Amino acid sequence: MPQAAPRSTTTDPIVAMRAIRKSFGTVEVLHGVDFTVLPGEVHVLAGENGAGKSTLIKILAGVYDHFSGEVSVGGRPRRLATPQEAVRAGIATIHQELSLVPTMSVADNLFLGRERHGRIGQVDFAAQEAEATRILDDMRLEISPRQLVAELPLSSQQLLEIARALTRDAQLLIFDEPTSALQEHEIASLFARIHDLRRRGCGIVYITHKMEEIYRLADRITVLRDGVVVGTATPDALPPAELVRWMVGRQLAAGRERVEAPSSETVLEVASVTVAHPTVRERRVVDGVSFALRQGEVLGLAGLQGAGTSELLHALFGALGVRASVRARLNGEPFQPRDPRSAVERGVLLLTNDRKACGLAPDLSVTHNVSLASLERFSGAGGWLRRREERSTVSRLTEELRIRVPSLDAPVQTLSGGNQQKVLLARCLLPQPRVLLLDEPTRGIDVGAKADIYELMRGWVAAGIAIVLITSEMEELLASSDRILVLHRGRVAAELTRAAATRELVLAAAMGHASGAGAVS
Amino acid sequence: MTAGRNTLQRWGATPVARALLALLFMLAIGCMFNAEGSFFRWSVHRDMLRQVSTFGILACGMTVVIITAGIDLSVSSILALAAVCFAWLTLPASWPAALAIPVVLTVGLALGSLSGALVARMRLQPFIVTLAMMVFARGLAKVISGGRKITNYVTDPDGTAHVVDLPRAFGTIDSRVLGGNLSIVTIVFLACVLATWVLLSRLRAGRYLYAVGGNQEAARLAGVPIRRTLILAYAYSGLLSAVAGICQAAQETQGDPETGMGYELDAIAMVVIGGTTLSGGKGSVVLTLIGVLTIGYLQKILSLNAAPEATRLMLTGAIIICAVLFQRGRGT
Repeated sequence: MPQAAPRSTTTDPIVAMRAIRKSFGTVEVLHGVDFTVLPGEVHVLAGENGAGKSTLIKILAGVYDHFSGEVSVGGRPRRLATPQEAVRAGIATIHQELSLVPTMSVADNLFLGRERHGRIGQVDFAAQEAEATRILDDMRLEISPRQLVAELPLSSQQLLEIARALTRDAQLLIFDEPTSALQEHEIASLFARIHDLRRRGCGIVYITHKMEEIYRLADRITVLRDGVVVGTATPDALPPAELVRWMVGRQLAAGRERVEAPSSETVLEVASVTVAHPTVRERRVVDGVSFALRQGEVLGLAGLQGAGTSELLHALFGALGVRASVRARLNGEPFQPRDPRSAVERGVLLLTNDRKACGLAPDLSVTHNVSLASLERFSGAGGWLRRREERSTVSRLTEELRIRVPSLDAPVQTLSGGNQQKVLLARCLLPQPRVLLLDEPTRGIDVGAKADIYELMRGWVAAGIAIVLITSEMEELLASSDRILVLHRGRVAAELTRAAATRELVLAAAMGHASGAGAVS
Repeated sequence: MTAGRNTLQRWGATPVARALLALLFMLAIGCMFNAEGSFFRWSVHRDMLRQVSTFGILACGMTVVIITAGIDLSVSSILALAAVCFAWLTLPASWPAALAIPVVLTVGLALGSLSGALVARMRLQPFIVTLAMMVFARGLAKVISGGRKITNYVTDPDGTAHVVDLPRAFGTIDSRVLGGNLSIVTIVFLACVLATWVLLSRLRAGRYLYAVGGNQEAARLAGVPIRRTLILAYAYSGLLSAVAGICQAAQETQGDPETGMGYELDAIAMVVIGGTTLSGGKGSVVLTLIGVLTIGYLQKILSLNAAPEATRLMLTGAIIICAVLFQRGRGT
């Protein structure tokens, strides 16, 4: 098709994708998608997992070669067949998993692959360092160019990755869930940088599952559903309820309406949990935390980065070994888990916050992943497995949890994020737990799956399971918890009842400004 | 109709189908270069089976270790140590074989467990641990044998020498049944395949092996006994290495401390050609069985056609790469 002569107005899109179709094997996942990004706009790409967002983004980033349709960059059609070509076209992706070399310095990373060098090819470290310092200043990153990337917090690494994209003259930056591992104050500084980029005239594609971020950032929102564009709108024209309807095609129940009051019987009585810092022995990440968990209640755990919420759960699960010391009673009997195995045996199960790194075995089938923590139950003398019983139990559970799987024998990595998370939940449920420790159960999954998980949680609580819940999404925390325990630097800063808890109180306590405000016990 | 074709297509993409295709390809090569029809003689296939059996036994243990994302370089040395121990116990020490065999198996099991314990408890890399064990076990074999081959020509303490009868076990292990068509060593190999299959796909421990190899941290947090599982893998490999060592001693009618040099690489090649990946968490002993046969036929075809050793080595190297590329398939 002959291309129209480039127009010269400033509102020419940086990138225009037209009629993009993409198939994997015989399955078409994008059915003719149009998508444009203008200079100086933050364009949020929203949609449930499996809607085709990642596929569309990967086409832009040059990951996929075979697709039909047309991609124009700066008004001219470009073939982005490899990631290198995309980078050369000025398109940079800030990945969920960062692509820096942790064992190299900040400056080395900034110039990786495009080192400044002298006449005989020697690397000009002085010039690199000087330029790196300027770039870091520009990003308001207070780190030394000589520092090792591995020593930086995740948030700085992410900003560093943005800096690197800018040194390569990126015109379009793609952010794929950049805040999933960040804390509130880090998010604020990331957003400030994104606003800077917008002012410079860069185009930004932003993918997120967090409602709040969409409305804080977006100039325009495009919603994908099942590989089709549902529509593009400005945030004013698309209120949250409508946005969700676009995404899922149905209305979601908001919040949690609880009728029955939690029974008063205490399941887990934690006298004291202390966890040492992994490298600095004398520092304590969790410092003498105590609480009581009653049957059929959801105890929310809140805290900013470094507050020790996740470490507290891992300590209760026996996953931290000698770093942690736990004094607790479970159902009235002493509970001191030495390792995860002994916690599982006592009916205490942990859902980890990183299903990829420490949750799933990707090549194992759905069945084998679900049953992994309960194999003793399915095996007889000598460890011989009762595979039919295992299969039927897992099959019943997957139906109960509404896990959508092509087959119970499919490798779990072929599932969407939400379904993978449900597989992990199923694993935690199968041993019939008394206490569930849920660390970010809804991280990185779509709205529909989130609603499913919270609905399921209601059922478990009604069945008498006690839950400790960590979530970085305040709305979810407030809606789901019967009580909220706020940690600040490893200590309990406040305990709030469901009625008393507000967003402001939780945040204030988490930041150490509580001074007793709203604390009840 | 289309559903049927889809099923076939899906089956064609499974690792077992790919491994079988590679084997069929090798057989087709054999039919083409049939060395004036000798490839079509049953005796050729029978001999091939007998010749790969010792390697196959090692490959079964190797499969289990590789599934845990580890590697066992010590199999060849433990094989030699077992061969030496077996020969020493039955010939100069003139123990009955029925007593010597369990002792030798225990030695293999113990050394394997030691490797496993170092990997699991000290968190050392399997490559390093089993490399050290490879060197150590070879040295131990030389100490026990005094650096010489142990044969039925026994030197007494007073310096006189005499010949002792080879125990019946040697002949039995090296014999053939079913009218000379199936050797005992091959039966031992097939029994090892069966045992490994039961371990990997019917026992709880097998599930743990896959989980540890697939994602060790995930397995730990699911309450899988990581250390026990890793120790089991290396102990099993050590045990099978000892089994292979006894077979080797019987076939060579001696305990040679230098025997089996480099066998670990053949065993790894057989596992990998079958399609079990070194990254762990994937694979099966059925794949390894097919891999063993593929390499066995390759060697047989090359020797039937009187290919010079240099050519054989180069071709084997090239074919390992081709087979692994083919196994991986396109688009992954």
